[in-house]
Amino acid sequence: MLSLASVSAGYGGFQALFDVSLEVKAGESVAVIGPNGAGKTTLLRVISKLIDARAGEVSMEGRRMNEVPSHEIIGHGIAHVPENRRLFAKLSVEDNLRMGAFMPAARAKYAERLEFVYALFPRMRERRHQVAGTLSGGEQQMCAIGRALMSGPKLLLLDEPSAGLAPVVVQSIFELVRRICREGYTVLIVEQNVRQVLKVVHRAYLLETGRIKLAGSSAQMLESDLIKKAYLGL
Amino acid sequence: MEFFDVFLLEAVINGLLLGGVLALLALGLNLIFGVIDVVWICYAELVMIGMYAVYYFHNVFGWPLWLAMLVAILAVAVLGAALHQFVIRPVLAAEPINQLLVTGGVLFFLQAAATLAFGVEFRNIGVSLPAMQAGGMYLSLARLIAFLVALGGMVGVYLFLTRTFVGTAIRAISQDRAIMPLMGVNANRIFVITSALGGGLAGLAACLLVLQYDIHPAIGLTFGPITFMICVLGGLGNMLGGFIAAFIFAQFISVGGYILHIEWGYVFAFLFFIAMMFWRPQGLLGGK
Repeated sequence: MLSLASVSAGYGGFQALFDVSLEVKAGESVAVIGPNGAGKTTLLRVISKLIDARAGEVSMEGRRMNEVPSHEIIGHGIAHVPENRRLFAKLSVEDNLRMGAFMPAARAKYAERLEFVYALFPRMRERRHQVAGTLSGGEQQMCAIGRALMSGPKLLLLDEPSAGLAPVVVQSIFELVRRICREGYTVLIVEQNVRQVLKVVHRAYLLETGRIKLAGSSAQMLESDLIKKAYLGL
Repeated sequence: MEFFDVFLLEAVINGLLLGGVLALLALGLNLIFGVIDVVWICYAELVMIGMYAVYYFHNVFGWPLWLAMLVAILAVAVLGAALHQFVIRPVLAAEPINQLLVTGGVLFFLQAAATLAFGVEFRNIGVSLPAMQAGGMYLSLARLIAFLVALGGMVGVYLFLTRTFVGTAIRAISQDRAIMPLMGVNANRIFVITSALGGGLAGLAACLLVLQYDIHPAIGLTFGPITFMICVLGGLGNMLGGFIAAFIFAQFISVGGYILHIEWGYVFAFLFFIAMMFWRPQGLLGGK
């Protein structure tokens, strides 16, 4: 479904990604793991065109995406839940969800998808008139994921959904991600919480200093000495 | 004693009617500032252009007044969109002072252009609406219509901002512009729509003011400073604050003018404004 071929990207004089290639197939959930500053967030930003790739090709369902403007990416079925959730803090939960359905093709299905998101996250229905900035961290993550689902995406990009949340809440967020995958969404998730995320996804890539160092199924990754030593503390 | 009360009541009611139009003027400026974070110093000059538009369409081209007004509103909306696209957009990332100077330049440009194109003589659309008499008070029908239409316009803007996808995007974009593309929103298009809406409100205000005032190239100076002060008093960018502040200002002008002399009304209003700036520099409903 999504493929990156030898992608390089960066900010100003700083190069964050070197020759990154990866593949996400329909129905799969894939994680990109790695330490802080490895380029994980940049990778997602390149896919949703918040920054341009300097070299290489990004393609979605066989179509080259490099020249597509950023606001049209969502129309190709890619929804991005950004780092730190980035909800519209002063808008209500429902207005945030409405923003997720902004593009004309999604507006027609607004009512139906709103019902779907509320069924998936009953807590969001209870809080629909509440201002998003007053939600708890876990609820904000639900709202951010719900907002992304409102566009009816084929591929969901999740940027560190567990970041900044209390340990108890982190558990429930991964449970949430597991449910999203079970719903049939294709998911590309970026995480530092390696142990947890490998329990949820089918496959993973290890990204370090902007380069893919290792790739394999979750089971293979958990068995890898490199991962065990550096990320699982075994 | 009863005689006195009736005239005071008349002043209060006139203040209320004036407040509606001032609130409409403030709404447009607040909308632009709240969403785009730029102050259109030339806002009242858009109103002036709108007034000339009504005059030319109605009195020179001979169109019916409703059509002249409708086209004038659309024309000022297009002018607002053009102002954003050609003047504001290039300086969006610039220092606020530069943005202020640029729109200040547009103010003088529009004034000078209007003087060249239309001359300095005062024009009047020649529509005079009768005064109504009620309970010993005289109320201008033009003001009553202006008040009702201004309120209607504000309700319309409120519904647009809260009930539509584009309106929701207008409220969202001021909070986090950088992630708007992830929602499928072209940020510049939302800015242009907002600017057209702000221009349309200036055009609507022009249609209401043209019923009460003569038109001349410097007419913007009559409304510009007070509109700006209302916005600041309410909390710049805060639409509800601007609404409340407009009615406070209007009462100072109307009742103050009744007690002493019409010019004193403005003196009281501006003194009150200065005092408020010491007490609440962020405005009535402003943050921080």
